[in-house]
Amino acid sequence: MTQLVLFNVFNGLVIGAFYALMALGLSLIINLTNVINFAHGGFLALGAYIAYTLQPYLGFWGALIVSPFLTALIGILVERVLIRPLYARDPLYSLLLTFGLAYVLQDSVRYIWGAQGLPIQVPAALQSSLSPTLFFLTGYRVFMVALVAIAVIVLFLILKKTRLGMRIRAGTLDLEMVSALGVDVRILRNLNFGLGIFFAGLAGVLAAGMLGLTPTIGDQLIMPSFVAVIVGGLGSLIGTLFGGLLIGIAAGVVTVFYPSASEATIYVMMALVLLIRPHGLFGEEGGTKL
Amino acid sequence: MNNATVNKSISLIVVWAILLTLPTWIGSVGGYTDLASRVLIIGLAAMSTNLLVGHSGVMAFGHAAYFGLSAYGTGLIIKYLVPSTPLGFLVGVLTGTLGGAIIGYLLAKLRGIYFALATIAFGQVFYFIAFRWNSVTGGDNGLTFQRQPIDLGFAQIDLASSLVFYYTALVVFAVCAALMAVLLRSPFGHTLLAMRENERRARFLGIPVNRHLWLAYTASCVFVACAGSLYGMLNNFVSPHNLHWTQSGDFVLMAVIGGMRSFWGPLLGAAIFVVLQDYLSSITDSWMFFIGMIFVLVVLFIPRGIVGLLQRKTS
Repeated sequence: MTQLVLFNVFNGLVIGAFYALMALGLSLIINLTNVINFAHGGFLALGAYIAYTLQPYLGFWGALIVSPFLTALIGILVERVLIRPLYARDPLYSLLLTFGLAYVLQDSVRYIWGAQGLPIQVPAALQSSLSPTLFFLTGYRVFMVALVAIAVIVLFLILKKTRLGMRIRAGTLDLEMVSALGVDVRILRNLNFGLGIFFAGLAGVLAAGMLGLTPTIGDQLIMPSFVAVIVGGLGSLIGTLFGGLLIGIAAGVVTVFYPSASEATIYVMMALVLLIRPHGLFGEEGGTKL
Repeated sequence: MNNATVNKSISLIVVWAILLTLPTWIGSVGGYTDLASRVLIIGLAAMSTNLLVGHSGVMAFGHAAYFGLSAYGTGLIIKYLVPSTPLGFLVGVLTGTLGGAIIGYLLAKLRGIYFALATIAFGQVFYFIAFRWNSVTGGDNGLTFQRQPIDLGFAQIDLASSLVFYYTALVVFAVCAALMAVLLRSPFGHTLLAMRENERRARFLGIPVNRHLWLAYTASCVFVACAGSLYGMLNNFVSPHNLHWTQSGDFVLMAVIGGMRSFWGPLLGAAIFVVLQDYLSSITDSWMFFIGMIFVLVVLFIPRGIVGLLQRKTS
């Protein structure tokens, strides 16, 4: 029993790390630009499939590094061409546009790579189990959690220490003021979008290693990521990180007792959080931008 | 009579003339009666969604939930409990409305994109329930049932015929549209408009903004639930896909295509969307790509919708 519980808690942690990775990208984009990126799941799939195509040439490790950058590049292009004209308008429009984009990306992936599921080769070193008793601690899962942790630390370092990061944080608080101080906010929003998409791409490669590739791979992950953002509270990246891990682990624990309710769990949690703290666990009262 | 009222009466006459005669000529332009019913029903759903999106200015991105909930309610009643169409309709609408009232209560405190995010996420709850609860809902395979004739005592309405079903749906549509129009003209409707234009000022005037939002949300769910129940009966089938967030997004897009600021705009948008989808999915496997492109193009080039475009031309 203990082992079963441990197994599912660990599983929840792995899934939670995924959600957090996705949700951090979403959050970055929402915080600075008020754009809810529905196409995040599409970009995730794109990252996964690009890695699949690169793997024969670069190996798993090369693909893991290069694919998120390429995905981010596509994201930057998309922002420049499609999303930039919408900042001045009601957020409804950017939401609808990314919604359509999600359709386009999913169908494009299906068109280019086919509807059938594809396998991605994970290095043998990562496939073995690390411990004979705790069989579920496969190298790949531990590696994934570690990689997510590193990515999150790097993100927070970027935000704290670099000029770009400081500008993003300042822009989250008051974009107009940042603009008045001479920062080109168009470039800032552009790079910030790319940063968010980078995380989607990274999550894509990691997800492909665990779940295999299908064109709808992003669909299963995008809704929980929205929930993670809501539970954590808008405007707080720490909250998003915490929200992702929390719902992942909660879903894992519920799986032990009642597997078919694991998805419903996260929505019940969201409802409870909204009842008690309408702005999310880490969101500030009145901090939500209208 | 000033120009605006003349325009309104003209559009009213045109809309009803088209809706009343639609089954008689849709065949000659390559359509079929069930397609007409679908336009009507999906149009009603888009109009209900627009009650919030266009008229109250809140981003309701989860209306497929109540649409599908109602369809499931209707289907389950007819299949397992009583083979009665009116009862199925009633229970379906009540189920959808109740779902909307509960979720609406949780949402009413939220605003802006936080509201939008929460509507999307909550919309998915019912999807997962329908998907997972195999023994009752049939899971991914959906629920098949058969709509039943309505016995009025002196006569029987044979709903199995597509034509009879269309006109029955049209009656429901007419009642819903009339109620929506009354709602929008009432003091309550004007309050919603005031909240859309300037919520802070509305609050200062002593309007209980959150409660109004909750009521508006619930009212909109009543209508979308009516559409959902009809849609289930039209197809004699409900699947989790009817509850999916993609369906919610489609409703909002239809409102935008037609024109969010107009009463009939969403119906026009739904007609265009439904017919295009029907056509595209018959000629290509990649119809999702083209539907997605329509989203992108509409947002970029005609954000005020077709009605908005026409109004600008005439003024």
